Amino acid sequence: MSKALALTGNGACAFAMRQINPDVVAAYPITPQTTIVEEFSSYVADGLVDTELICVESEHSAMSSCIGASAAGVRVMTATSSQGLALMWEMLYIASGLRLPIVMHNVNRTLSAPINIHCDHSDSMGARDSGWIQIYSENAQEAYDNTIQAVRIAEDPKVRLPVMVLLDGFVISHAIDRVEVIDDEVVKSFIGDFKPIYPLLDWENPVTVGSFDGLYGYFFETKRMQAEVMERAKMVIKKVGNDYGKVSGRSYGFFEAYRLDDAEVGIIVLGSTAGTAKVVVDNLRDKGIPVGLLKLRVFRPFPLVEIVEALNHLKALAVLDRADSIGSFGGPLFTEIRSSLYDLSMRPLVVNYIYGLGGRDIDELQIMKVFSDLQDIQETGQAKKAINYLGVRE
Amino acid sequence: MKWDIRKIKEWKFYEHPQGITIPEAGNAHYYPTGSWRSQRPEINWDKCTHCLFCFIYCPDSSIIVKGEKVVGIDLAHCKGCGVCAEECPKQAIEMLKERV
Ligand code: SF4
Ligand code: SF4
Repeated sequence: MSKALALTGNGACAFAMRQINPDVVAAYPITPQTTIVEEFSSYVADGLVDTELICVESEHSAMSSCIGASAAGVRVMTATSSQGLALMWEMLYIASGLRLPIVMHNVNRTLSAPINIHCDHSDSMGARDSGWIQIYSENAQEAYDNTIQAVRIAEDPKVRLPVMVLLDGFVISHAIDRVEVIDDEVVKSFIGDFKPIYPLLDWENPVTVGSFDGLYGYFFETKRMQAEVMERAKMVIKKVGNDYGKVSGRSYGFFEAYRLDDAEVGIIVLGSTAGTAKVVVDNLRDKGIPVGLLKLRVFRPFPLVEIVEALNHLKALAVLDRADSIGSFGGPLFTEIRSSLYDLSMRPLVVNYIYGLGGRDIDELQIMKVFSDLQDIQETGQAKKAINYLGVRE
Repeated sequence: MKWDIRKIKEWKFYEHPQGITIPEAGNAHYYPTGSWRSQRPEINWDKCTHCLFCFIYCPDSSIIVKGEKVVGIDLAHCKGCGVCAEECPKQAIEMLKERV
Protein backbone atom coordinates (compact mmCIF):
# COMPACT_ATOMS: atom_id res chain seq x y z
CA MET A 1 0.00 0.00 0.00
CA SER A 2 1.34 3.40 -0.87
CA LYS A 3 -0.06 6.78 -0.01
CA ALA A 4 0.43 10.27 -1.42
CA LEU A 5 1.83 13.05 0.73
CA ALA A 6 2.65 16.70 0.08
CA LEU A 7 6.38 16.92 0.74
CA THR A 8 9.29 19.11 -0.22
CA GLY A 9 12.17 17.33 -1.92
CA ASN A 10 14.17 17.55 1.29
CA GLY A 11 11.16 16.39 3.30
CA ALA A 12 10.86 13.37 1.01
CA CYS A 13 14.55 12.55 1.56
CA ALA A 14 14.19 12.84 5.33
CA PHE A 15 11.04 10.70 5.20
CA ALA A 16 12.94 8.00 3.32
CA MET A 17 15.78 8.23 5.85
CA ARG A 18 13.31 7.64 8.68
CA GLN A 19 12.06 4.53 6.93
CA ILE A 20 15.63 3.34 6.28
CA ASN A 21 16.50 3.94 9.94
CA PRO A 22 20.30 4.15 9.48
CA ASP A 23 22.50 3.29 12.46
CA VAL A 24 24.60 6.44 12.16
CA VAL A 25 24.03 9.83 10.55
CA ALA A 26 26.82 12.40 10.82
CA ALA A 27 26.01 15.70 9.15
CA TYR A 28 26.61 19.41 9.11
CA PRO A 29 23.98 21.91 7.94
CA ILE A 30 24.38 23.83 4.69
CA THR A 31 21.82 25.54 2.49
CA PRO A 32 19.93 24.05 0.66
CA GLN A 33 20.51 20.67 2.33
CA THR A 34 19.71 21.92 5.86
CA THR A 35 16.10 20.83 6.11
CA ILE A 36 16.95 17.17 5.37
CA VAL A 37 19.03 16.93 8.52
CA GLU A 38 16.70 19.27 10.43
CA GLU A 39 13.67 17.09 9.74
CA PHE A 40 15.64 13.91 10.31
CA SER A 41 16.90 15.18 13.66
CA SER A 42 13.31 15.71 14.77
CA TYR A 43 12.66 12.05 13.94
CA VAL A 44 15.65 11.23 16.15
CA ALA A 45 14.37 13.48 18.96
CA ASP A 46 10.91 11.93 18.73
CA GLY A 47 12.37 8.44 19.01
CA LEU A 48 11.07 7.38 15.60
CA VAL A 49 14.49 6.07 14.56
CA ASP A 50 17.32 4.32 16.40
CA THR A 51 19.96 6.44 14.73
CA GLU A 52 23.03 7.80 16.47
CA LEU A 53 23.02 11.37 15.12
CA ILE A 54 26.47 12.94 15.26
CA CYS A 55 26.42 16.74 15.02
CA VAL A 56 29.93 17.41 13.76
CA GLU A 57 31.81 20.68 13.34
CA SER A 58 32.32 20.52 9.57
CA GLU A 59 31.60 18.45 6.50
CA HIS A 60 35.15 17.13 6.59
CA SER A 61 34.32 15.68 9.99
CA ALA A 62 30.89 14.55 8.79
CA MET A 63 32.37 12.35 6.08
CA SER A 64 35.20 11.25 8.38
CA SER A 65 32.68 10.11 10.98
CA CYS A 66 30.64 8.34 8.32
CA ILE A 67 33.76 6.52 7.15
CA GLY A 68 34.63 5.44 10.70
CA ALA A 69 31.11 4.27 11.42
CA SER A 70 30.77 2.44 8.13
CA ALA A 71 34.12 0.70 8.63
CA ALA A 72 32.94 -0.24 12.12
CA GLY A 73 30.18 -2.16 10.38
CA VAL A 74 26.92 -0.23 10.46
CA ARG A 75 24.53 1.44 8.01
CA VAL A 76 25.46 5.08 7.52
CA MET A 77 23.89 8.09 5.80
CA THR A 78 24.59 11.80 5.49
CA ALA A 79 23.64 14.81 3.38
CA THR A 80 25.37 17.91 2.07
CA SER A 81 25.53 20.58 -0.64
CA SER A 82 28.02 22.69 -2.53
CA GLN A 83 30.83 24.02 -0.30
CA GLY A 84 30.03 21.19 2.10
CA LEU A 85 30.70 18.58 -0.57
CA ALA A 86 33.86 20.48 -1.48
CA LEU A 87 35.02 20.31 2.12
CA MET A 88 34.45 16.54 2.10
CA TRP A 89 36.65 16.16 -0.93
CA GLU A 90 39.57 14.13 0.37
CA MET A 91 37.26 11.94 2.42
CA LEU A 92 35.09 11.11 -0.62
CA TYR A 93 37.98 9.24 -2.20
CA ILE A 94 38.68 7.41 1.04
CA ALA A 95 35.06 6.26 1.36
CA SER A 96 35.10 4.79 -2.15
CA GLY A 97 38.66 3.42 -1.92
CA LEU A 98 37.72 1.55 1.24
CA ARG A 99 34.50 0.40 -0.46
CA LEU A 100 32.21 1.76 2.24
CA PRO A 101 28.52 1.75 1.27
CA ILE A 102 27.66 5.21 2.62
CA VAL A 103 24.55 6.84 1.16
CA MET A 104 24.58 10.63 0.88
CA HIS A 105 22.19 13.21 -0.46
CA ASN A 106 23.86 16.06 -2.24
CA VAL A 107 21.39 18.86 -2.80
CA ASN A 108 22.94 20.45 -5.87
CA ARG A 109 24.14 24.00 -5.37
CA THR A 110 26.86 25.89 -7.13
CA LEU A 111 30.29 26.68 -5.72
CA SER A 112 31.43 30.21 -4.77
CA ALA A 113 32.60 32.82 -5.91
CA PRO A 114 30.52 34.90 -6.04
CA ILE A 115 28.54 33.54 -3.13
CA ASN A 116 25.41 31.93 -4.47
CA ILE A 117 23.15 29.39 -2.80
CA HIS A 118 21.23 28.26 -5.87
CA CYS A 119 21.24 25.25 -8.08
CA ASP A 120 23.70 24.05 -10.60
CA HIS A 121 25.64 20.80 -10.84
CA SER A 122 29.16 22.16 -10.32
CA ASP A 123 29.44 20.52 -6.91
CA SER A 124 28.61 16.94 -7.86
CA MET A 125 30.23 17.17 -11.29
CA GLY A 126 33.49 18.03 -9.57
CA ALA A 127 33.14 14.78 -7.61
CA ARG A 128 32.47 12.65 -10.68
CA ASP A 129 35.88 10.96 -10.52
CA SER A 130 35.73 10.25 -6.79
CA GLY A 131 34.48 6.69 -7.21
CA TRP A 132 30.96 7.37 -5.91
CA ILE A 133 27.86 6.18 -7.73
CA GLN A 134 25.81 9.23 -8.77
CA ILE A 135 22.04 9.08 -9.23
CA TYR A 136 20.20 12.27 -10.27
CA SER A 137 16.54 13.02 -9.54
CA GLU A 138 13.99 14.95 -11.57
CA ASN A 139 11.59 15.74 -8.73
CA ALA A 140 10.78 14.99 -5.09
CA GLN A 141 9.27 11.60 -5.98
CA GLU A 142 12.48 10.49 -7.64
CA ALA A 143 14.58 11.85 -4.79
CA TYR A 144 12.53 9.66 -2.43
CA ASP A 145 12.66 6.60 -4.68
CA ASN A 146 16.38 7.02 -5.40
CA THR A 147 17.17 7.24 -1.69
CA ILE A 148 15.64 3.86 -0.94
CA GLN A 149 17.22 2.22 -3.99
CA ALA A 150 20.60 3.76 -3.14
CA VAL A 151 20.80 1.76 0.09
CA ARG A 152 20.23 -1.53 -1.72
CA ILE A 153 22.70 -0.62 -4.48
CA ALA A 154 25.44 0.56 -2.11
CA GLU A 155 25.15 -2.46 0.16
CA ASP A 156 24.89 -5.14 -2.51
CA PRO A 157 27.80 -7.54 -1.88
CA LYS A 158 28.78 -7.24 -5.55
CA VAL A 159 29.01 -3.45 -5.24
CA ARG A 160 29.85 -2.05 -1.78
CA LEU A 161 30.40 1.47 -3.01
CA PRO A 162 29.19 4.81 -1.66
CA VAL A 163 26.21 6.34 -3.45
CA MET A 164 25.36 10.01 -3.94
CA VAL A 165 21.69 10.82 -4.50
CA LEU A 166 21.43 14.18 -6.27
CA LEU A 167 18.52 16.59 -6.22
CA ASP A 168 18.41 20.16 -7.49
CA GLY A 169 18.71 22.80 -4.80
CA PHE A 170 15.50 24.77 -4.14
CA VAL A 171 13.86 23.65 -7.41
CA ILE A 172 13.36 20.21 -5.86
CA SER A 173 14.63 20.55 -2.31
CA HIS A 174 12.27 23.33 -1.21
CA ALA A 175 9.29 22.98 -3.53
CA ILE A 176 6.30 21.01 -2.27
CA ASP A 177 5.41 18.14 -4.54
CA ARG A 178 3.06 15.18 -4.52
CA VAL A 179 5.09 12.22 -3.32
CA GLU A 180 3.85 8.66 -3.14
CA VAL A 181 5.52 6.93 -0.24
CA ILE A 182 5.59 3.19 0.38
CA ASP A 183 4.93 1.57 3.75
CA ASP A 184 7.65 1.50 6.40
CA GLU A 185 7.55 -2.30 6.46
CA VAL A 186 7.93 -2.52 2.70
CA VAL A 187 10.99 -0.24 2.80
CA LYS A 188 12.42 -2.30 5.63
CA SER A 189 12.16 -5.58 3.80
CA PHE A 190 13.23 -4.01 0.49
CA ILE A 191 16.55 -2.82 1.91
CA GLY A 192 17.05 -5.79 4.26
CA ASP A 193 19.64 -5.88 7.04
CA PHE A 194 23.12 -4.50 6.51
CA LYS A 195 25.72 -7.26 6.59
CA PRO A 196 29.22 -5.85 6.95
CA ILE A 197 32.07 -7.90 5.49
CA TYR A 198 35.11 -6.89 7.56
CA PRO A 199 33.65 -4.89 10.47
CA LEU A 200 36.18 -3.21 12.75
CA LEU A 201 33.96 -3.99 15.73
CA ASP A 202 34.37 -7.74 15.31
CA TRP A 203 36.95 -8.37 18.07
CA GLU A 204 37.23 -12.03 17.21
CA ASN A 205 38.51 -11.23 13.74
CA PRO A 206 40.71 -8.15 13.94
CA VAL A 207 41.38 -6.37 10.64
CA THR A 208 43.32 -3.34 9.44
CA VAL A 209 41.41 -0.74 7.43
CA GLY A 210 43.10 2.01 5.46
CA SER A 211 46.61 0.63 5.51
CA PHE A 212 49.62 2.26 3.83
CA ASP A 213 50.32 0.84 0.39
CA GLY A 214 53.71 2.52 0.08
CA LEU A 215 56.34 -0.16 0.09
CA TYR A 216 54.11 -3.03 -0.92
CA GLY A 217 52.48 -1.17 -3.77
CA TYR A 218 48.86 -2.18 -4.31
CA PHE A 219 47.34 1.26 -4.88
CA PHE A 220 46.98 0.76 -8.63
CA GLU A 221 45.29 -2.60 -8.09
CA THR A 222 42.85 -0.94 -5.69
CA LYS A 223 41.82 1.64 -8.29
CA ARG A 224 41.57 -1.02 -10.98
CA MET A 225 39.21 -2.95 -8.71
CA GLN A 226 37.08 0.14 -8.13
CA ALA A 227 36.70 0.51 -11.89
CA GLU A 228 35.70 -3.14 -12.11
CA VAL A 229 33.15 -2.83 -9.34
CA MET A 230 31.66 0.34 -10.87
CA GLU A 231 31.10 -1.65 -14.04
CA ARG A 232 29.47 -4.46 -12.06
CA ALA A 233 27.24 -1.94 -10.31
CA LYS A 234 25.35 -1.38 -13.56
CA MET A 235 23.77 -4.81 -13.33
CA VAL A 236 22.80 -4.23 -9.72
CA ILE A 237 21.36 -0.74 -10.39
CA LYS A 238 19.21 -2.23 -13.13
CA LYS A 239 17.98 -5.07 -10.95
CA VAL A 240 17.25 -2.81 -7.98
CA GLY A 241 15.36 -0.42 -10.31
CA ASN A 242 13.20 -3.32 -11.47
CA ASP A 243 12.64 -4.74 -8.01
CA TYR A 244 11.67 -1.30 -6.78
CA GLY A 245 9.01 -1.21 -9.48
CA LYS A 246 7.48 -4.37 -7.99
CA VAL A 247 7.02 -2.81 -4.56
CA SER A 248 6.17 0.74 -5.60
CA GLY A 249 4.77 0.60 -9.12
CA ARG A 250 7.63 2.84 -10.27
CA SER A 251 10.57 1.05 -11.89
CA TYR A 252 13.79 2.76 -12.87
CA GLY A 253 16.54 2.32 -15.45
CA PHE A 254 19.72 4.24 -16.16
CA PHE A 255 17.73 6.96 -17.85
CA GLU A 256 14.29 7.87 -19.10
CA ALA A 257 13.89 8.07 -22.87
CA TYR A 258 11.00 10.45 -23.45
CA ARG A 259 9.44 10.31 -26.92
CA LEU A 260 12.92 9.53 -28.18
CA ASP A 261 12.46 6.35 -30.23
CA ASP A 262 11.14 8.02 -33.36
CA ALA A 263 12.68 11.44 -32.74
CA GLU A 264 15.05 13.04 -35.25
CA VAL A 265 16.57 15.57 -32.88
CA GLY A 266 16.85 15.36 -29.13
CA ILE A 267 18.25 16.84 -25.99
CA ILE A 268 19.87 15.18 -23.01
CA VAL A 269 19.66 16.66 -19.55
CA LEU A 270 20.05 15.84 -15.85
CA GLY A 271 17.75 16.68 -12.97
CA SER A 272 14.75 18.97 -12.68
CA THR A 273 15.17 20.65 -16.08
CA ALA A 274 13.91 17.39 -17.60
CA GLY A 275 10.43 18.33 -16.34
CA THR A 276 10.46 21.62 -18.24
CA ALA A 277 11.94 19.94 -21.29
CA LYS A 278 9.16 17.34 -21.39
CA VAL A 279 6.57 20.11 -21.67
CA VAL A 280 8.46 21.59 -24.62
CA VAL A 281 8.80 18.17 -26.26
CA ASP A 282 5.04 17.64 -25.94
CA ASN A 283 4.28 21.07 -27.42
CA LEU A 284 6.54 20.50 -30.40
CA ARG A 285 5.22 16.98 -30.92
CA ASP A 286 1.69 18.44 -31.03
CA LYS A 287 2.91 20.50 -33.98
CA GLY A 288 4.21 17.33 -35.63
CA ILE A 289 7.89 18.02 -34.98
CA PRO A 290 9.74 14.79 -34.11
CA VAL A 291 11.74 15.78 -31.02
CA GLY A 292 12.67 13.74 -27.97
CA LEU A 293 14.46 13.81 -24.66
CA LEU A 294 16.87 11.62 -22.74
CA LYS A 295 16.85 12.29 -19.01
CA LEU A 296 19.99 10.76 -17.59
CA ARG A 297 19.50 9.35 -14.10
CA VAL A 298 22.68 7.35 -13.47
CA PHE A 299 25.77 9.38 -14.37
CA ARG A 300 28.21 7.13 -12.47
CA PRO A 301 28.57 4.41 -13.56
CA PHE A 302 28.14 5.89 -17.03
CA PRO A 303 25.75 3.61 -18.97
CA LEU A 304 27.74 3.80 -22.20
CA VAL A 305 26.22 0.99 -24.24
CA GLU A 306 22.64 1.89 -23.40
CA ILE A 307 23.17 5.61 -24.06
CA VAL A 308 24.73 4.99 -27.46
CA GLU A 309 21.85 2.69 -28.35
CA ALA A 310 19.27 5.28 -27.31
CA LEU A 311 20.90 8.19 -29.17
CA ASN A 312 22.47 6.70 -32.30
CA HIS A 313 19.47 7.22 -34.56
CA LEU A 314 19.29 10.99 -33.98
CA LYS A 315 20.38 13.52 -36.60
CA ALA A 316 21.25 16.19 -34.06
CA LEU A 317 21.62 16.18 -30.31
CA ALA A 318 21.98 18.97 -27.75
CA VAL A 319 23.62 18.19 -24.41
CA LEU A 320 22.45 20.49 -21.64
CA ASP A 321 25.04 20.97 -18.93
CA ARG A 322 24.25 22.69 -15.65
CA ALA A 323 27.99 22.95 -14.97
CA ASP A 324 30.90 24.26 -16.96
CA SER A 325 34.34 22.75 -17.13
CA ILE A 326 36.25 25.97 -17.44
CA GLY A 327 39.19 25.65 -19.80
CA SER A 328 37.85 22.44 -21.34
CA PHE A 329 35.66 22.29 -24.43
CA GLY A 330 32.13 22.18 -23.08
CA GLY A 331 30.51 20.89 -19.92
CA PRO A 332 31.26 17.48 -18.36
CA LEU A 333 28.14 15.77 -19.70
CA PHE A 334 28.84 17.05 -23.22
CA THR A 335 32.39 15.77 -23.43
CA GLU A 336 31.33 12.33 -22.24
CA ILE A 337 28.25 12.05 -24.43
CA ARG A 338 30.06 13.24 -27.52
CA SER A 339 32.95 10.91 -26.85
CA SER A 340 30.62 7.97 -26.30
CA LEU A 341 29.17 8.46 -29.81
CA TYR A 342 32.56 8.70 -31.49
CA ASP A 343 32.84 5.01 -32.38
CA LEU A 344 29.66 5.09 -34.48
CA SER A 345 30.15 5.37 -38.23
CA MET A 346 26.94 7.42 -38.50
CA ARG A 347 26.50 9.67 -35.50
CA PRO A 348 24.37 12.66 -34.59
CA LEU A 349 25.86 16.13 -34.68
CA VAL A 350 26.30 17.04 -31.04
CA VAL A 351 26.23 20.52 -29.55
CA ASN A 352 26.49 21.76 -25.99
CA TYR A 353 24.40 24.26 -24.05
CA ILE A 354 25.66 25.36 -20.68
CA TYR A 355 22.70 26.72 -18.75
CA GLY A 356 21.30 27.62 -15.36
CA LEU A 357 24.57 28.36 -13.56
CA GLY A 358 24.05 29.70 -10.06
CA GLY A 359 20.34 28.97 -10.31
CA ARG A 360 19.67 31.08 -13.43
CA ASP A 361 16.15 30.09 -14.43
CA ILE A 362 15.72 27.88 -17.44
CA ASP A 363 12.32 28.26 -19.07
CA GLU A 364 10.41 26.74 -21.95
CA LEU A 365 11.50 29.51 -24.33
CA GLN A 366 15.16 28.69 -23.85
CA ILE A 367 14.54 25.00 -24.51
CA MET A 368 12.44 25.91 -27.57
CA LYS A 369 15.46 27.86 -28.80
CA VAL A 370 17.66 24.77 -28.38
CA PHE A 371 15.22 22.67 -30.40
CA SER A 372 15.00 25.27 -33.17
CA ASP A 373 18.83 25.38 -33.33
CA LEU A 374 18.78 21.60 -33.61
CA GLN A 375 16.34 21.74 -36.50
CA ASP A 376 18.71 24.19 -38.26
CA ILE A 377 21.58 21.80 -37.69
CA GLN A 378 19.53 18.93 -39.02
CA GLU A 379 18.58 20.90 -42.16
CA THR A 380 22.02 22.35 -42.92
CA GLY A 381 23.98 19.31 -41.76
CA GLN A 382 26.33 21.46 -39.74
CA ALA A 383 26.55 23.01 -36.30
CA LYS A 384 27.61 26.63 -36.37
CA LYS A 385 28.73 26.66 -32.78
CA ALA A 386 29.51 23.60 -30.70
CA ILE A 387 29.51 25.25 -27.30
CA ASN A 388 26.77 27.67 -26.37
CA TYR A 389 25.77 29.49 -23.21
CA LEU A 390 22.03 29.56 -22.67
CA GLY A 391 20.40 32.39 -20.73
CA VAL A 392 23.54 34.43 -20.03
CA ARG A 393 23.61 38.15 -20.83
CA GLU A 394 25.83 38.49 -23.90
CA MET B 1 47.27 -18.05 7.57
CA LYS B 2 44.59 -17.56 4.95
CA TRP B 3 45.99 -14.21 3.85
CA ASP B 4 49.77 -14.34 3.78
CA ILE B 5 50.50 -10.69 3.11
CA ARG B 6 54.14 -11.45 2.35
CA LYS B 7 52.84 -12.22 -1.14
CA ILE B 8 50.72 -9.06 -1.41
CA LYS B 9 52.86 -7.65 -4.21
CA GLU B 10 51.93 -10.59 -6.39
CA TRP B 11 48.16 -10.40 -5.87
CA LYS B 12 46.06 -9.53 -8.90
CA PHE B 13 43.69 -6.62 -8.44
CA TYR B 14 40.72 -8.93 -7.93
CA GLU B 15 42.51 -11.07 -5.35
CA HIS B 16 42.65 -8.41 -2.64
CA PRO B 17 40.09 -8.59 0.13
CA GLN B 18 37.32 -6.03 -0.31
CA GLY B 19 38.23 -2.46 0.49
CA ILE B 20 41.95 -3.37 0.61
CA THR B 21 41.32 -4.55 4.16
CA ILE B 22 44.14 -6.48 5.81
CA PRO B 23 41.96 -9.24 7.22
CA GLU B 24 44.37 -10.79 9.71
CA ALA B 25 46.26 -9.36 12.65
CA GLY B 26 49.89 -9.86 13.61
CA ASN B 27 51.48 -9.51 10.20
CA ALA B 28 53.66 -6.49 11.13
CA HIS B 29 56.03 -9.26 12.20
CA TYR B 30 56.79 -9.88 8.53
CA TYR B 31 57.78 -6.31 7.96
CA PRO B 32 61.32 -5.58 9.19
CA THR B 33 61.10 -1.90 10.12
CA GLY B 34 64.63 -2.21 11.53
CA SER B 35 66.01 -1.13 8.16
CA TRP B 36 64.72 2.41 8.81
CA ARG B 37 66.96 2.85 11.84
CA SER B 38 69.61 5.59 12.04
CA GLN B 39 70.18 5.26 15.78
CA ARG B 40 70.06 2.24 18.03
CA PRO B 41 68.92 1.95 21.66
CA GLU B 42 71.41 0.43 24.05
CA ILE B 43 70.40 -0.59 27.57
CA ASN B 44 72.70 0.03 30.49
CA TRP B 45 71.97 -3.09 32.56
CA ASP B 46 73.45 -1.52 35.71
CA LYS B 47 70.73 1.16 35.67
CA CYS B 48 67.75 -0.86 34.40
CA THR B 49 65.17 -1.80 37.08
CA HIS B 50 62.98 -3.82 34.68
CA CYS B 51 60.04 -1.49 35.26
CA LEU B 52 58.90 -2.35 31.66
CA PHE B 53 58.04 1.26 30.76
CA CYS B 54 60.06 0.88 27.55
CA PHE B 55 58.14 -2.30 26.71
CA ILE B 56 54.82 -0.49 27.10
CA TYR B 57 55.85 2.58 25.11
CA CYS B 58 57.71 0.97 22.22
CA PRO B 59 55.46 1.45 19.14
CA ASP B 60 57.00 -1.55 17.38
CA SER B 61 56.90 -4.13 20.20
CA SER B 62 60.69 -4.35 19.92
CA ILE B 63 61.57 -4.65 23.59
CA ILE B 64 62.07 -8.34 24.24
CA VAL B 65 60.75 -9.46 27.62
CA LYS B 66 61.21 -12.88 29.18
CA GLY B 67 59.93 -13.80 32.63
CA GLU B 68 58.90 -10.19 33.35
CA LYS B 69 62.44 -8.97 32.67
CA VAL B 70 63.78 -6.97 29.74
CA VAL B 71 66.34 -9.13 28.00
CA GLY B 72 67.13 -7.25 24.81
CA ILE B 73 65.95 -5.38 21.74
CA ASP B 74 64.55 -6.88 18.55
CA LEU B 75 66.74 -5.01 16.09
CA ALA B 76 64.92 -6.46 13.09
CA HIS B 77 61.92 -4.32 14.03
CA CYS B 78 63.30 -1.50 16.25
CA LYS B 79 63.14 1.58 13.99
CA GLY B 80 65.25 3.72 16.28
CA CYS B 81 62.59 6.26 17.24
CA GLY B 82 64.05 6.82 20.70
CA VAL B 83 60.71 6.71 22.53
CA CYS B 84 62.04 4.08 24.93
CA ALA B 85 65.06 6.24 25.83
CA GLU B 86 62.81 9.26 26.37
CA GLU B 87 60.39 7.37 28.61
CA CYS B 88 62.86 5.34 30.68
CA PRO B 89 62.60 6.72 34.25
CA LYS B 90 66.16 5.58 35.02
CA GLN B 91 67.84 7.01 31.90
CA ALA B 92 69.03 3.49 31.31
CA ILE B 93 68.70 3.67 27.53
CA GLU B 94 71.16 5.51 25.34
CA MET B 95 70.61 6.13 21.64
CA LEU B 96 73.79 5.40 19.68
CA LYS B 97 74.40 6.43 16.10
CA GLU B 98 73.92 3.46 13.81
CA ARG B 99 77.05 2.62 11.85
CA VAL B 100 76.59 2.47 8.12
S1 SF4 C 1 62.20 1.71 30.98
FE1 SF4 C 1 64.32 1.77 31.51
S2 SF4 C 1 64.40 0.94 33.54
FE2 SF4 C 1 62.42 0.41 32.75
S3 SF4 C 1 62.75 -1.60 31.86
FE3 SF4 C 1 63.11 -0.17 30.22
S4 SF4 C 1 65.28 0.20 30.26
FE4 SF4 C 1 64.73 -0.77 32.18
S1 SF4 D 1 63.97 2.99 19.65
FE1 SF4 D 1 61.76 3.02 19.31
S2 SF4 D 1 61.39 1.15 18.16
FE2 SF4 D 1 63.41 0.92 19.04
S3 SF4 D 1 63.05 -0.16 20.95
FE3 SF4 D 1 63.05 2.01 21.42
S4 SF4 D 1 60.90 2.59 21.33
FE4 SF4 D 1 61.08 0.60 20.29
